[in-house]
Amino acid sequence: MSEPCTPTLLKINALRERNAIALKVAKDHGRKVVGTYCLFSPVELIVAAGAIPVSLCGTSPTPIPAAEKVLPRSLCPLIKSSYGFALTDTCPFFHFSDLLLAETTCDGKKKMYELLGKMKPLHLMQLPQVQDEAALEYWILELKRLISRLEQEFSVQITPERLASAVMLLNEERRSLKALQDVMKRKPAPITGIDLLTVLHNRGFTVDKREAIELVNRLTAELTELAERGVSPFDNTTPRILLTGVPVGVGSDKVVRLVEELGGSVVCFESCGAYKKVDPVVPGADLLRSIAEKYLRIPCSCMSPNHGRLSLLERLVDEFQVDGVIDLTWQGCHTYNVESLSVKHHLQQGAGTPFLQIETDYSESDTEQLRVRIEAFLEMIGARLGG
Amino acid sequence: MIAAGIDIGSTGTKAVLFDGEIRATAVVPTGWDPAGAGLAAFRQALDAAGIAEEAVGRVVGTGYGRVSLPLFDKKVTEITCHARGAHFLHPETRTVLDIGGQDSKVISVDAGGKVVEFAMNDKCAAGTGRFLQVMAGVLGLSLEELGLIAAGAEPARISSMCAVFAESEIIGLLAQGVDKGRIAAGVFHAIATRVQGLAGKVSVSGDITFSGGVALNPAICRAIGSGLAVEIRVPAAPQLVGALGAALVGYEA
Repeated sequence: MSEPCTPTLLKINALRERNAIALKVAKDHGRKVVGTYCLFSPVELIVAAGAIPVSLCGTSPTPIPAAEKVLPRSLCPLIKSSYGFALTDTCPFFHFSDLLLAETTCDGKKKMYELLGKMKPLHLMQLPQVQDEAALEYWILELKRLISRLEQEFSVQITPERLASAVMLLNEERRSLKALQDVMKRKPAPITGIDLLTVLHNRGFTVDKREAIELVNRLTAELTELAERGVSPFDNTTPRILLTGVPVGVGSDKVVRLVEELGGSVVCFESCGAYKKVDPVVPGADLLRSIAEKYLRIPCSCMSPNHGRLSLLERLVDEFQVDGVIDLTWQGCHTYNVESLSVKHHLQQGAGTPFLQIETDYSESDTEQLRVRIEAFLEMIGARLGG
Repeated sequence: MIAAGIDIGSTGTKAVLFDGEIRATAVVPTGWDPAGAGLAAFRQALDAAGIAEEAVGRVVGTGYGRVSLPLFDKKVTEITCHARGAHFLHPETRTVLDIGGQDSKVISVDAGGKVVEFAMNDKCAAGTGRFLQVMAGVLGLSLEELGLIAAGAEPARISSMCAVFAESEIIGLLAQGVDKGRIAAGVFHAIATRVQGLAGKVSVSGDITFSGGVALNPAICRAIGSGLAVEIRVPAAPQLVGALGAALVGYEA
């Protein structure tokens, strides 16, 4: 697989280390930092409070053994990794955070946050797990409670003007991220799924959002140009795979690597840091309500029911000309594991898109077993495409 | 054209030579050297057919050891191969059940022998040939004897699917004085339950073909058949289905 490379791609790949330093400099200049773990964190409020929102580490297997001294081994690797990073103080973004923002998404996370709150100031938002009117009213109250906490913690005032400009900035960020991912609709896709994932992962740690938007826009332009010239590591017969399910990032990307090593192309990630993120805030008369609506709409498996994920998937399968869907579920992630069956049935009843569920963790111990499954899945798709 | 299919499994390595019909077959233990076993099976099949290696047009490898042989013109997963092999032997096959030494699979196939859907066991020995071997070992029996004494016995309840825990459970049953035949029947029952669970993950329909070395044991066929409440077809040489499928992939390429 020849790797097309663009200047901006290289720059973004080096971002993570640079960002840690940039964060320290910003801290030295008196800026406040809020660490987030999840897509449900209403980042607009953090930005409006003049603080820097950063994603916290949780995709590497390295700190898991440390976490397992405290947490049950059967817990999902993402929760263990997040907690392990905090415990071993090996995530610079956690280290520099003045406040942690967390939400009651799944059972494992919310109980882990109780322990995490003993290490650092932590604000826990009570997230409703249904997406109706009553839930929205409750969620708006939770947003208001977060505003009070941020105002108190950082001695600032979140004015309507600051909120409006934060919404504009983050909508701009989402627009740029959507445009970047939409480049993968080209057949064949101009870059590998691993490269796309690395970009999406690394930009989560950026300190200056405007700069990150700039970079992503530039990358989108470069990739569009590559696609125009027909440059791609793949060809028209490469099976196009959509990855759905649990959050993935650099370090927890073994399935993405295997798919591409075995001759597939991951063209779309229907996951938290990727396509689940691009839905904008639609500003209405009451901006806080608009923000609350946007976040409550997120089609996470902690919601019940979670029809939004099924319709999003159906749309993405069509738009990205997907040949097969892989549903990645972490061991111990009950919500995504159970929901997998609904996803499978939905796809079977719809376009009949080939579907494979993979249940694994961050370790490499099952690589050979996964290889057989993924290779057989790609052979199955190849036989379908070949007629 | 003569095509060869070589299936390097965790326990046995199988070779099939095919030129429109099966010309020769060979089975050798894989042991610690998958590549050596692959070559040995290939040469044994060539000798049996009286064919020179040069006369073979394509060699297709499958099984977990498929990566280890430079001889292969192509490598295909055992899932695709078992589907092809089972379809060739019995074209009405719509579900293939394959229990090998280290994993078990349920494969749903269409009328053309193409894979529609499949499910595999997790990364443990539960419901595999390895599980049977370990349990036979605890009872001090060969696999054949395990099957013989299980016939007609009321299965003792063995609830652990994990080979390690099931071993302690059997030791416990022996200590209680439970009849060996009932324990053996319980072992087959446990695997059948596991396979039923796996089968629940794909749409099992039409004729079921049981492939893989474990299908050589009539006791497991009975247990699975009664568990799934359907008749399952066992080919004359179930352990060769994967190698046959690989040979077919080579022949039809």
